[in-house]
Amino acid sequence: MSSTAPEGVRLEGTSSLGAGATLRRGLAISPQLRDGLVITVLLAVVAASGRVVVPIAVQQTIDTAILADGGPQTSRVVVLVSLAAVALLIAGAASALVNVRLFRSSEAGLATLRTRAFRHVHDLSVLTQSTERRGSLVSRVTSDVDTISLFVQWGGIMLLVSVLQIGVATILMLVYSWQLTLVVWLCFLPLLLILRPAQRRVSIAYAAVRQRVGAMLGAVSESVVGAETIKAYGVGERTQRRIDRAVRATRDAMVKAQVRVALVFSSGVLVANLVLSAVVVVGTFLGIDGTLSVGRVLAFLFLVQLFTGPVQMATEILNELQNALAGWRRVIGVIDTEVDVHDAGEQGRTTPRGPAEVELRGVAFSYPDGPRVLHGVDLLLPARAKVAVVGATGSGKTTLAKLVTRLVDPAEGTVLLDGVDLRDVPLANLRERVVLVPQEGFLFEGTLAENVAYGGRGVAGTWAAEDATERDAAVQRAFDELGLSDWLGDLPSGLRTHVGQRGERLSAGERQLVALARAHLAGADYLVLDEATSAVDPATEVRIARALDQLTAGRGTLTIAHRLSTAEAADVVVVVEAGEVVEVGPHAELVAAGGHYAGMHAAWLAQTR
Amino acid sequence: MRARPVRPEPPVGPSDDGPRAALTGGVARRSFQLVVRGLAAQPRTYTLAIVTSGIFGALTVAVSQVLGAVTDRVVVPGVAGDLDGTGAVWLAGLALLGVAVALGISVAGRRIFAGIGVSDLQAGHRRAVTRQYLRLPMSWHRAHPTGQLLSNANADVEAATGVFNPLPFALGVVVMIVVAAVALFSVDVWLAVTALVVLPIAVLANLVFQRYMSPAITRAQQLRAEVSDVAHESFEAALLVKSLGTEAREEARFAERADALRAANVRVGKVRAVFDPVIDLLPSLGTLMVLLVGASRAASGAVDTGEIVSAAYLLTLMAVPVRAFGWVLGELPRGLVGYDRISRVLDARGALSVGARALDPTDRGLHVRLEDVGLTVPGQDGPQTLLDEIDLELRPGRTVALVGVTGAGKTTLVGLLSRLQDPTRGTVLLDGLDLREVRDQDLTSQVALVAQQTFLFEDTVRANVTLADEDDPTAPTDEAVWEALRLARVDQVVQALPGGLDAPLGERGANLSGGQRQRIAIARALVRQPRLLVLDDATSAVDPGIEQEILAGLRHGGQGPTVLMVAYRMSSVILADEVVHLHAGRVVDRGAHEDLLARDPGYRALATAYQDETARREAEIATHASSATQGGKR
Repeated sequence: MSSTAPEGVRLEGTSSLGAGATLRRGLAISPQLRDGLVITVLLAVVAASGRVVVPIAVQQTIDTAILADGGPQTSRVVVLVSLAAVALLIAGAASALVNVRLFRSSEAGLATLRTRAFRHVHDLSVLTQSTERRGSLVSRVTSDVDTISLFVQWGGIMLLVSVLQIGVATILMLVYSWQLTLVVWLCFLPLLLILRPAQRRVSIAYAAVRQRVGAMLGAVSESVVGAETIKAYGVGERTQRRIDRAVRATRDAMVKAQVRVALVFSSGVLVANLVLSAVVVVGTFLGIDGTLSVGRVLAFLFLVQLFTGPVQMATEILNELQNALAGWRRVIGVIDTEVDVHDAGEQGRTTPRGPAEVELRGVAFSYPDGPRVLHGVDLLLPARAKVAVVGATGSGKTTLAKLVTRLVDPAEGTVLLDGVDLRDVPLANLRERVVLVPQEGFLFEGTLAENVAYGGRGVAGTWAAEDATERDAAVQRAFDELGLSDWLGDLPSGLRTHVGQRGERLSAGERQLVALARAHLAGADYLVLDEATSAVDPATEVRIARALDQLTAGRGTLTIAHRLSTAEAADVVVVVEAGEVVEVGPHAELVAAGGHYAGMHAAWLAQTR
Repeated sequence: MRARPVRPEPPVGPSDDGPRAALTGGVARRSFQLVVRGLAAQPRTYTLAIVTSGIFGALTVAVSQVLGAVTDRVVVPGVAGDLDGTGAVWLAGLALLGVAVALGISVAGRRIFAGIGVSDLQAGHRRAVTRQYLRLPMSWHRAHPTGQLLSNANADVEAATGVFNPLPFALGVVVMIVVAAVALFSVDVWLAVTALVVLPIAVLANLVFQRYMSPAITRAQQLRAEVSDVAHESFEAALLVKSLGTEAREEARFAERADALRAANVRVGKVRAVFDPVIDLLPSLGTLMVLLVGASRAASGAVDTGEIVSAAYLLTLMAVPVRAFGWVLGELPRGLVGYDRISRVLDARGALSVGARALDPTDRGLHVRLEDVGLTVPGQDGPQTLLDEIDLELRPGRTVALVGVTGAGKTTLVGLLSRLQDPTRGTVLLDGLDLREVRDQDLTSQVALVAQQTFLFEDTVRANVTLADEDDPTAPTDEAVWEALRLARVDQVVQALPGGLDAPLGERGANLSGGQRQRIAIARALVRQPRLLVLDDATSAVDPGIEQEILAGLRHGGQGPTVLMVAYRMSSVILADEVVHLHAGRVVDRGAHEDLLARDPGYRALATAYQDETARREAEIATHASSATQGGKR
């Protein structure tokens, strides 16, 4: 029902939180992440310590057993190797435990984060929902969370263990030789300094890849969605050129990113091996001085390997960490976007079921940062009356429907349901009593029965899977009451007909029939109908009209009318022009009065008869 | 659209008689074919990638060898004070330095060439797949969902090429293992056997790991897609959810899938949790074994300390590279699935034949004749006849309305005139020429179809009307574009857009209303000054008054194009010179509107549906008038 796309409250973009604040806010949203963290970190220390077992074993074995005075002592080697093996197994077990614990808590936390963000998107107003590209909303609860999850699975543990390992290796290197430790750190310092800017360049290159892939998919989708037009106009070659350009640009961006990654990674390898040669030279001189034993120099060579491995690993992972943090910020950004239509909830005033009367008092509305689209509207929509709103595109008639269903709140004035300000009515109560039937009948993938029962409350508030029989009976009744049994009878699988994605197996008109049956089953006291504008085949048109008559019988309705025939059939016609209600009254009276409505009606008669 | 010279791409597009892309045989054979085809597609890049990777493998072993030699000849004697001068120490440092630089370069080379290889493979697949999309007829497109075709060009391409990321590395590791084996065996058989026994165990462990991991990852991927589907559908239904207040219900539906994904991710994590430490432990345990065996061999004087160190160091170096086999094996199943899905597109047949005969380049409307045309397509429950025994003539300059209920075959019939599809029986003749023999360029310049679903490109208004590049000399002039926009009654809308003809139309023309988009599509047809204009319910969202203006503007007093239009509104049907009533794929009757009303009961039912409805409502108004509730302004 959006003929205009107003500027709504935008989502908090990539929230401006720093890394620390993101972590704090993230932990507050997903407290499971903290579960058992202390024990996990302690276990991780044990796991990381396991990495130094081999170098120590090599040093001890060579110094005290193989190079022992009087030749190699095999029995001592056996003892040392056995001790080392036991230590390795303990560390391995600790490492497995760390993994499992981290997966459990992080996945539990992420599932919570995902679901909260999902719910929040639904709680945001239609204005916010419509200003965001739907794809970007979806990616907040899918790929953004997946990025964090994948990071935890592939990088997070590695990062934790690597950092601990760097610490343990440094301590041990200091124990063996502070001079050589200094050499190692001095060699790595330049690498650490160029790493940040280098990683930033890598990130930029990957951002370019993502953007190019997006553009390429756009070009490819044109060849699929627009196939009919492309073939009919023989513009296949031009389309192929556009696609080829986009494919080429994607390829070039990918290569550029990979070259940058390769350079960063290989400089890490280079430095690691430079360190090795420096340690050999300096270590040998220290040995000649008598400061170090052979075993200690050799052990140091293994320790360097223990140090350089995780440093390289950590630099690669840090990049992924940036991506994961960015994803986390985006999801938090959704959750922290303020809801502009607040639910009064349990503090609100629940209105009793029964015929509903809606009243607008001095209502004005403007879209955020936009001009007024409604000014001082006073309007009474009596219980059980059929009211049609007519007016040109952009006159504000759709906004009227949004206000009555509280998809938006007025800037000034109040909308009342049975005398209660809509802002004080709990949303659950409001949605039960006032239901909007949108222009395009949206269908979920599933059966016809499931779609009609959607929103129906059944006996226990919602239809449980087990009372399918009861549900189907209610759905059948809804079709019967709307006079649609013959249409249903024509469908080969009846209520069990699969409607396909977005209901694509039904025609546009048939989808509207389902939407009407759904609204009927929802059983609201008041209906707001946004009339469809597109033409459907006459037979279905007749069915829709009959079903509408049955649906609205005995209920109060507000119809956003695009056809004057609808206005003709209404009890009261409301004419909206430039945000103001200019005429109100029965069709015949307004025609007789010779005002705006009479003019519109005369023009319409001339066109259609 | 920037005019950038495009390098001519190699002819990767398949044709109807080209070789099949699908892989055949068992899993091992298909995996082998997949890898070989990929390597063969980029021979130069992969030669470089594999050679640099092989050099990397050999150098990795060299590091441990040099280290061992340095230990024996420099470190041990140096520390013991048996070394003459310090020259040897510096030389050792220099040797290690040289190896380090060579290693750095080989790693960079391996990664860069592997990256180029994958990028080029992906680009090649994408070009081939999209060429097929543009080549295959509408019947093929209608049989394949959009989402599937998009994922063929994206996710499936990525899956099919994923294995080529670690492949050069893994092939380099083979070189590494061979060199290492030679080096170790030349030192001592026992030491060599002890060190190398770890490798097959590591490969085996990787295989077992993949066996558990593949299904776990596949399930997680599947659930990730499901979570995405639920989110997509639910957000698309946002208005419905709000209007029925079913937020909690949607949340529960999403939470249920999100929790299943959580469980699947934890399952992936558990497999990793067990296997990661095992695979990490293997080289470490191997090193201990080397120490043990090495000590006893040293006791018997067969090896010296340096050789033990060298063998032990080699194992720590090989810990990560050996994993590359696991990565390759892990990617293969996904790669096969992705490649199979791509090859189903590449192997699709049925592109239309190409004609060679020219149509007369006159301004007169086209003469159209359908002779005994029928169309039967394979359906789920056997062959399905969409059109049958259609004999129809459209005389030049006439406007003919095609009327029928949903599913009568109207869209299929008009699609034949633009040759979106060929009939399976009979012939379609344009000015007496069989449509199948007409040159493509003549067909597309003289026949213009405005489809039921308006499609706009993400481009400017001008490009959407001309469908030509800006530097194309044959493109219609701006005057011609404005004239077409005026005929389609959308010129004022475009004038109001910032930028006018240069205004970008966003995602599928999202910044225009449905009726405005339809009118842009009509302008696109009119700017070509076609001799046959086919409107497939192309004005459904256009205001009836404007629709009439457009149709009236086309007629030029009989001098305009021949027009065939599918219409629902009786007000438009009445404007036609002639009406054709189609039902269940056959022509029921044809003639003037009044004549059909008089003699064709099916047509009468269709035509009077609106009138019935209007009459019924008028009767209702009469009964309501007395009891109308008086509401209104206070």
